[in-house]
Amino acid sequence: DSENGVPASFKVPAGVVHKIFSYKSSVIFCCSQERKIRREMADEVPSLAESKLTALVVDDNFVNQTMHHKLLDRLGIQNDVVCNGQEAVDVHCSGRNYDLILMDMEMPILNGIQATKRLREMGIESKIAGVTTRANEGDKKEFMEAGLNDFQEKPLTISKLLSILHRLDFYVQT
Amino acid sequence: LHAMNTVVAQLQRRFQDYLVSLYQQGFLDNQFTELRKLQDEGTPDFVAEVVSLFFDDCSKLINSMSRSLERPENVDFKQVDSGVHQLKGSSSSVGARRVKNVCISFKECCDVQNREGCLRCLQQVDYEYKMLKTKLQDLFNLEQQIVQAGGAIPQVNIN
Repeated sequence: DSENGVPASFKVPAGVVHKIFSYKSSVIFCCSQERKIRREMADEVPSLAESKLTALVVDDNFVNQTMHHKLLDRLGIQNDVVCNGQEAVDVHCSGRNYDLILMDMEMPILNGIQATKRLREMGIESKIAGVTTRANEGDKKEFMEAGLNDFQEKPLTISKLLSILHRLDFYVQT
Repeated sequence: LHAMNTVVAQLQRRFQDYLVSLYQQGFLDNQFTELRKLQDEGTPDFVAEVVSLFFDDCSKLINSMSRSLERPENVDFKQVDSGVHQLKGSSSSVGARRVKNVCISFKECCDVQNREGCLRCLQQVDYEYKMLKTKLQDLFNLEQQIVQAGGAIPQVNIN
């Protein structure tokens, strides 16, 4: 029971305008002109199933890693998974880049706050959404101030992920 | 053919009733529904795999917390707190409601460094995850019977 490969249960309400933002994961774009051209090209072939959005899941818990990976998969978002903030930094040092980073807060070696700060210092401009179960106001503020673009309480669901994407101006066609 | 349809219908009914009862008895919450939504034809074992990961996580964390709580004169509450946090996170992600609720009490005991309280919570969390494991195994067995009888797993709406 789906249209265009999108399960009926994941439909966003009618009337919301959508476009696709296409972005190759293995190449670092530093030219905003190129980005603009790609966006225009992508407008002509909108499709959730063919979304070229990429994401990085940063979480130290296997269950959460699996869930978040699958959630992103279902929205057609190619994604990698790493186990802590240090690995998130390392993967960027190796040249990979992502449209979206889902960053857990509490992790060993380098936590979400430290990793977010480090990535911003490195000049990484990807959208970073903090996701955590510990959500008291002080923690949330500290995490946001580290350089987040958005914040969402765990556990994640399809609709929470769609909200994140919508707030961060990633448009998805349904 | 009619007999087969009846068998399938009966199995589907049993499955539905059993699943609903797990929600009603508080074993599962809405997050389990979200988990089921993610399963599709391409990944028909997704739910089973995730819960299996969860139960492995439980076992591992319970063992390490047990070791940390073992000697009364030398309890590593920081380690226990970390374990509870992990367990709360994963139980919350899969919709394991009772396990998650024990973790809430467990954290409170940890915060005030109440070793006895922690030990009680540890025992309770062990009991709850094992109970859920049994229940979900029964559920997956019912699913398998439906599939083997040629039927489809019903979408169940929990409200």
